[in-house]
Amino acid sequence: MIQEFKKVWKPYTIGMLWLLGLLWPLLGIHPDGTLTFQKTITVWSYLLAGSFVCLMIYVLKGTDSLKFIADPISRVAGNIKTTSIALPTWIWLGAGLIVALIYPQFAGRYGTDVAISVLLYICLGLGLNVVVGLAGMLDLGYIAFYGVGAYTYAILNTTYGLGFWVCLPLSGFFACIAGCIVGYPTLRMRGDYLAIVTLGFGEIIRIILNNWMELTNGPNGILGVKPIGIFLPVFENGFTFEHFWMKKLQLFYYFALGLAIVAALCVHRLNFSRVGRAWESIREDETAAELMGVNTFIYKLLAYAMGAIFAGLAGAFFAARMRFVSPESFTFLESAMVLCMVVLGGMGSIPGIILGVAALIALPEIFREFESYRMLIFGATMVIMMLFRPAGLIPAKRVGTRSEEKEG
Amino acid sequence: MSIQPMLELKNVHSGYGSIKALKGISLKVMPGEIVAIIGANGAGKSTTLMTICGIVKVEKGEVLYRGKVINKVPPEKLPTMGLCQVPEGRRIFPRLTVMENLRLGAFYRDDTNQIMKDIQHSYEMFPILGERKSQKGGTLSGGEQQMLAIARALMTKPKVLLLDEPSLGLAPIIVQQIFDIIAQINKEKGTTILLVEQNANLALQAASRGYVVETGEITLEDEAPSLLANPKIREAYLGE
Repeated sequence: MIQEFKKVWKPYTIGMLWLLGLLWPLLGIHPDGTLTFQKTITVWSYLLAGSFVCLMIYVLKGTDSLKFIADPISRVAGNIKTTSIALPTWIWLGAGLIVALIYPQFAGRYGTDVAISVLLYICLGLGLNVVVGLAGMLDLGYIAFYGVGAYTYAILNTTYGLGFWVCLPLSGFFACIAGCIVGYPTLRMRGDYLAIVTLGFGEIIRIILNNWMELTNGPNGILGVKPIGIFLPVFENGFTFEHFWMKKLQLFYYFALGLAIVAALCVHRLNFSRVGRAWESIREDETAAELMGVNTFIYKLLAYAMGAIFAGLAGAFFAARMRFVSPESFTFLESAMVLCMVVLGGMGSIPGIILGVAALIALPEIFREFESYRMLIFGATMVIMMLFRPAGLIPAKRVGTRSEEKEG
Repeated sequence: MSIQPMLELKNVHSGYGSIKALKGISLKVMPGEIVAIIGANGAGKSTTLMTICGIVKVEKGEVLYRGKVINKVPPEKLPTMGLCQVPEGRRIFPRLTVMENLRLGAFYRDDTNQIMKDIQHSYEMFPILGERKSQKGGTLSGGEQQMLAIARALMTKPKVLLLDEPSLGLAPIIVQQIFDIIAQINKEKGTTILLVEQNANLALQAASRGYVVETGEITLEDEAPSLLANPKIREAYLGE
């Protein structure tokens, strides 16, 4: 065991010293010009102790010294795995649905609020998954379509007084149009070039929202967007429908849940269809796909437009929930966030994306106390992920079980 | 009136930007033939196939398929017309399964039942693909990938099959197997085959006629046996 430790202590020490060097400017230099060491050393020693424990476990595991613990654990894990596989998928889905349905009854206002953003981001993540995970086009300006959807509802609602349910398809439609306008010239590019161009177009849309004072009220944003309204049957004085504004967050949660479920079903169906197969062939090898008779341009545009529609729908919900929209909500950082959720969860995998979104939205909320270190932890998580689970938390399963192929 | 050629190139020029790769290629492929194009690296063999398929645009001249000019036909339309290419380096879809790769070959077709039968037929033709049907394409060996690429192209039900360097990077015994399959496809299905090869010996043995391409031009055209016997060819391409 000492032998193994001798091998690793050198890079470990260098790494920790390097971390100290990086940490000090972050924590030790204050805006008023004073320099301190106290805080840096405290944080650093916590990290030192933590990583030392991890290192020891790693070394011991390598030498089989931990066999007495590792064996039972792996046996339990194996058992859990076999039972979980034995249960059919619908039980898992059903359980997940029940939890999702009763969740707002237990969670408070704050918890429901966080859950709503998780659901909206699931819709966004699934839409981006169509573009990035299935068709393989790196899109860095995705959030712009979310913005188009949100502004469509906000403008139509505040100017023309149109209701949410009329605006919802329109939001999707306008986002789709925006997607086609952006996609038509850009989709001739491949790979890195496409990423840069989409980044540019995403910023263009945001800057238009920011500067078109007459239409979007510029950086001040649009206030007073109405929440979702529904008609409920009322049985007093005979049978009539009465209009309700859904100001209650719990009710809104259910609509957002509905949106997320619809998005998941759509993406699932698309994935296992002829269109999904065409997208995947484009991701794998565009020229070969073309030679096999796939009209790559149309399918790429379709993927782009589909992604935009999901973003547009989520955007309308966003505007209805916030009851306020401003260009600040649609910055590049948001695009990067959604992309991180997709990559973290596992490209092309629906449960993976749901988990990725939940991790990246819910965890920062839970660990509010460590807010100033958020980006640090975020970066570290990404590095660790790429080392240990490069295909994402729940990698997409590809075992040739497209529905119509089972008999083959 | 003679028989109409399946595929004909008339003085075709094409290239990549300012680089002119083809400088007036003319060739004919008759129905049911196996024709080989041989030549050194960079002679324009693969560009010829890519130009036929429309991936590289024709700058001058005409490409005719069954008497129809197909210069402007987009590449994805060609499989529906019965013209399909097995590209150089296989280019199968590495993260899709063998089954899905085959399904993509039949992408333009909508006769699901017949597609399933054809997939079964591919498995009979290439038993190894049947064994690996749920495996990802990228995990197959080179020879298996080449078989998959050929099987995938056959799923389009081609009348003319363009094969680009099927022997690339394969062991001699596998190469022989691949060429046997090519001959079998030609004989059983009557598929016309245009074959591009660096391995001139093998290609000319399989083919009935051959063209020699040098720096974008056809320098020699003859029956395959006489090309094989030609001392110039033997010296330049067969290493004698």
